[in-house]
Amino acid sequence: MNKKQSLFHIAKRDTLPWYKAVLIRGGAIVLALIVCAIVTTLLTGENPIKVYSTILYGAFGTSRKSWVTFHNLAILLGISLAVTPAFKMRFWNIGAEGQVLIGCLATAACMICLGGKIPNGLLIVIMIVASVAAGALWGFLPGIFKAKWNTNETLFTLMMNYIATQLAAFFIIVWEVPKGSGKIGIINQNTEAGWLPVLGGQRYLLPILLVAILTGVMYIYLNYSKHGYEIAVVGESQRTASYAGIKVERVIVRTMILSGAICGLIGLLLTAGTDHTLTTTIVGGRGFTAVMVSWMAKFNPIMMIFTSLLIVVLSRGASEISSVFGLNHSFADILTGIILFFIIGSEFFITYKVSLRKGKKEA
Amino acid sequence: MKKFLALLLSLVMVLALVACGDKTDDSNNGDTQDNTDAADFKVGFIMLHDENSTYDLNFINAAKEACETLGVEYTIVTNVPEGQECYDKAAELADAGCNIIFADSFGHEDYMIQAAKDFPDVQFCHSTGTKAHTEGLSNYHNAFASIYEGRFLAGVAAGMKLNEMIANGEFSADDAKIGYVGAFTYAEVISGYTSFFLGARSVCPTATMEVTFTGSWYDETAEKEGAQKLIQNGCKLISQHADSMGAPTACETAGVPDVSYNGSTEAACPNTYLISSRIDWAPYYEYAIKAAMNGDAIDADWTGTLATGSVVLTDLNENVAAEGTAEAIADATAKLESGELHVFDCSTFTVDGQTLTSSMADVDTDADYTPDTEAIVDGYFAESTFRSAPYFQLQIDGITLLDQAF
Repeated sequence: MNKKQSLFHIAKRDTLPWYKAVLIRGGAIVLALIVCAIVTTLLTGENPIKVYSTILYGAFGTSRKSWVTFHNLAILLGISLAVTPAFKMRFWNIGAEGQVLIGCLATAACMICLGGKIPNGLLIVIMIVASVAAGALWGFLPGIFKAKWNTNETLFTLMMNYIATQLAAFFIIVWEVPKGSGKIGIINQNTEAGWLPVLGGQRYLLPILLVAILTGVMYIYLNYSKHGYEIAVVGESQRTASYAGIKVERVIVRTMILSGAICGLIGLLLTAGTDHTLTTTIVGGRGFTAVMVSWMAKFNPIMMIFTSLLIVVLSRGASEISSVFGLNHSFADILTGIILFFIIGSEFFITYKVSLRKGKKEA
Repeated sequence: MKKFLALLLSLVMVLALVACGDKTDDSNNGDTQDNTDAADFKVGFIMLHDENSTYDLNFINAAKEACETLGVEYTIVTNVPEGQECYDKAAELADAGCNIIFADSFGHEDYMIQAAKDFPDVQFCHSTGTKAHTEGLSNYHNAFASIYEGRFLAGVAAGMKLNEMIANGEFSADDAKIGYVGAFTYAEVISGYTSFFLGARSVCPTATMEVTFTGSWYDETAEKEGAQKLIQNGCKLISQHADSMGAPTACETAGVPDVSYNGSTEAACPNTYLISSRIDWAPYYEYAIKAAMNGDAIDADWTGTLATGSVVLTDLNENVAAEGTAEAIADATAKLESGELHVFDCSTFTVDGQTLTSSMADVDTDADYTPDTEAIVDGYFAESTFRSAPYFQLQIDGITLLDQAF
């Protein structure tokens, strides 16, 4: 400690008492809202409180808005849950976008090619198998290459995204209606063949329930199962895992198959549950947003409910702001950026202690 | 960590209260929704992108213009993708008391139909769609404009320019080749470049055309590269059916005259911009909103024309255009309006060397593209007659497609 002294002294903290952590995080959010308010007033002249209430109105203003918000939450949370086991294993799976899309593609293929030709129940079973298998394959490939040849999984999963997008683009041209339009439109709009059943008259209920169950299962899987333990150990240190008799390669491949399979299932929920179509942008970047959701929640499935809720509310509100105040969509993105910056930034102050240097050294 | 979520939750709740407080004002406005005075009439618009896209900007301007003329309240929702979000937004607008809702992008159609089924008391109008005449819903409507006439007139300006360049000795009459950057091999695009070509050839008989497709409605790089490829192939004039500035800027760099689409590009390309055609949607919006206010039926298919003011040419650039262009356009316009001239007159083009006497078009959209309607009427191909969206899909002689992947 007798190097040159900087103005600040940064040291790693011991675990903070809970109230301090809450204080820091709460302070970060309050600060973020204040900064957003200043930015709003300076740039647009709108009343920031009104802007905030419009955000919340956009997300929860009517029961329909709330359903849509919770459905968006379910999809984002589902993808975040899917990437989490891989992340916990320190396997940087940024291929969720492609894994979901390939699930959508498999689902759409079944709906288009088999719709009306076989009983609907059987069709849905085939769709489930196909989408999960397609997603699992998209997870398996980078997994096995990592396990056998130690390829870089970040690049590998990223490139798999492009392959999925191009495949989807290709099949959209094959199935386009009308010719040359580059759009599939709603698949089986009149027969509803292969559409997932609507529970209780509310089409978003099924995906929400499924993801709710998935969240619980994932929490138990990661925290209380042997697999979950192996994933954590491999994540901490592959060597330690090997010494402890864990077959590291097998854990990597198994976890990536699981990760991809859940993504494929989310693809099924998107294409067969709500959108009933296939576009190259159907996942809409949520495969990448999920990475942030998972990290912000420190890979805790229960916490992810709240981090994904935050992001979904902000983005739903963003669209409301742009139509109510006539502001560009990008303005809402700026606010979202500021809020996320503060929330992520607050983690630094929770992990590290920053103090001004006094005249005397403290050792 | 639990506390963090507790805090987040409480924050959400507190702010939700604020939101609820505000909401009361809204519902006060909404109470007297049932009568259809202009003051209580609400219009909703769903746009694919925002004003940064020339395509959507054209719709947004028209929406504002029409609603301000009629003095009705309106909401514009931008950045709505062509998926379930479109249904959700349409339903939210209907919930918010909109009496009529418009969507601007082709891929919105099926979701608008779904919304029309769920909200029978609200009118749903979809620009560029093809299904209204077969769906048979009384509250779902399509609209388009006879933009092929606008393209034809822009083609006349292009042909005049080619003639001028030939007369100046810049190239021989046989080299008068036009380049065209299209998005997809979709009927709207095919109809567009064919009518443009026929317009050019009506004044420059030796004109030929090469077409390349980008596979996207907005891809600046691909459009730029497409235009550059066409220029390298010896095209003397470029036009486009895609939404970015890619092709116009490539033309400005290469010094090749350009006919743009959906609005003037003169500001960015003063030395090469010639003329542009676009659809003005304001007349349709006014027509449909008025009809809905009066409780009149709206046409299942509405086709705007030169006469309705839906098809417009913007800003002929006198610095680039050949002498007499404005007069030639005025002359052709008068003939088109009087019915003396038809854009797809079968005597002006051949398909595989044959003059057409019969052509079945795919007017009723189906997955197998079944041709179902005889489109040749009185010796011309009757475009946008049996439905508003274009269905001319023939490949006429004189036009070469460089690629057909899309």
